[in-house]
Amino acid sequence: MIEMLTYPFMQKAFLTGILVAIACAALGTYLILKKFSLIGDGLAHIAFGGIATGLLFGITPFISSLIFALIGSISILKLKEKTAIHADTAIGIISHASLGLGIFIASIARGFNTDILSYLFGSILAIKDSDLILSTILALSVIAFILLYNKDLFYVTFDEESAKVSGINTNFLNSMLIILTAITIVSSMNVVGLLLASALIIIPPSSALQLKTSFKKTILWAITFAILSIIIGLVTAYYLDYAVSGTIVLINTLIFLIIMTYKKFENYFNSKKINYSNS
Amino acid sequence: MKEEIININDVSFAYSKQDVVKNITLTIHKGEFVGLIGPNGSGKTTLLKIMLGLLEPNKGSVKLFNKPIKKFKDWSKIGYVPQKATNIDKNFPATVQEIVLMGLLSTKKIPKIITQKDNQKIQNALELTNITNLSKARITDLSGGQQQRALIAKALVSNPLIILLDEPTTGVDQKTQENFYKLLAKLNKKGITIVLVTHDIGRITRNVTKVASINQKLTFFGNHKEFCAKDKNHPHEHTLCIHEE
Repeated sequence: MIEMLTYPFMQKAFLTGILVAIACAALGTYLILKKFSLIGDGLAHIAFGGIATGLLFGITPFISSLIFALIGSISILKLKEKTAIHADTAIGIISHASLGLGIFIASIARGFNTDILSYLFGSILAIKDSDLILSTILALSVIAFILLYNKDLFYVTFDEESAKVSGINTNFLNSMLIILTAITIVSSMNVVGLLLASALIIIPPSSALQLKTSFKKTILWAITFAILSIIIGLVTAYYLDYAVSGTIVLINTLIFLIIMTYKKFENYFNSKKINYSNS
Repeated sequence: MKEEIININDVSFAYSKQDVVKNITLTIHKGEFVGLIGPNGSGKTTLLKIMLGLLEPNKGSVKLFNKPIKKFKDWSKIGYVPQKATNIDKNFPATVQEIVLMGLLSTKKIPKIITQKDNQKIQNALELTNITNLSKARITDLSGGQQQRALIAKALVSNPLIILLDEPTTGVDQKTQENFYKLLAKLNKKGITIVLVTHDIGRITRNVTKVASINQKLTFFGNHKEFCAKDKNHPHEHTLCIHEE
């Protein structure tokens, strides 16, 4: 383990991976509680269109996907705001339009299909330094925003109307949640790939929510599970040559299943105990 | 003359051309306990949301503490307990203490750091609502009545001058309701102005000092005794006035 950490590429992978994990898990907790968790999937589809466009026009795919995801997130907000269309429908329309564009471009420019695969499945151990640095900066900005606004975000998530009456700018926070999700999806693209990017947003907070604890502890547990999966994913990739992204998502799924099973048993034994003391 | 807390002047509101409230004018003064009553769909919640700036009226004006609502910034003076009070998402991960803390956010600037003094305010609000022992409990593990108290503690923690409650007794038993009304009466005696919205005239507390009855339009606005005098002609509304006979 120590030897592995002597390599600069592994150090960078751990640093970026952990920061991305923190951003995803923290943001995901708010999104899940607002019943908005699938926005991550939609934004990943939008980013795919950006990657294909970037590869076609010789723009760094990381930058083009970020531009697409940001424009896409703002378009979702505007479509929802200016028309009678629901949020999930707005996500569906814009994400599939961008996905369609990506597939169309990929089909007319067959030469870059291999490059696209690395963005779809992630390649944290093989990506350029510049992309890693950008991922790190983006993840850090998301974390900084959440640290500054965590209490207001908590209030807006619990009860938007009351938050508004308290003078909190709920429109700003709701817009920022979607914009930050776009940034987080793109920054996690290098770690787990676009296909699995929203997994880090959805699964660790879902595991933490099963623990039925306070809000603060829920976010901390979600972050812990996400970091743990990144560490195990990178270690197994280094020693066993497994795919990092797949391993990370499988570890998260395993944590979710373990907690779910534990909670089922706990509830079963608690109900037995109550029945026994009542009889 | 007592200070005007809420002033509504000729307010009308319609959802896609369907009138919900029409030409309502009323003023709520400091220290009053106003029962805002009316049947389901009469526009009570809409009027309450207009008072809080959550909805903008199509016509008329609203003032809070003598300031036009758009210019009003001092939201810590206002406590709000929404209808949601008895309908919290059962998976929401928050302790009573965390919920009450939300009520302090209107008084703070980003990054809204919670100080020792703030923790003391939270303790005071919990004591006032008699739920100090539940501070570490998850809000979703509590009974409907306890959840209500937690949400009132949230509304009280910033030391507001007025509390507005929307149908707070929906879905709670008779005894919890009685305790709840006792708490509101205690808060009113401390000088807090209260606006209580309910559709159930039979269940409204007799501690109200004023009654505003609406059915799109304001059908009655006056003190408790005047309402009860009028009430004699309406046997179905008798419960509110039973103790006056």
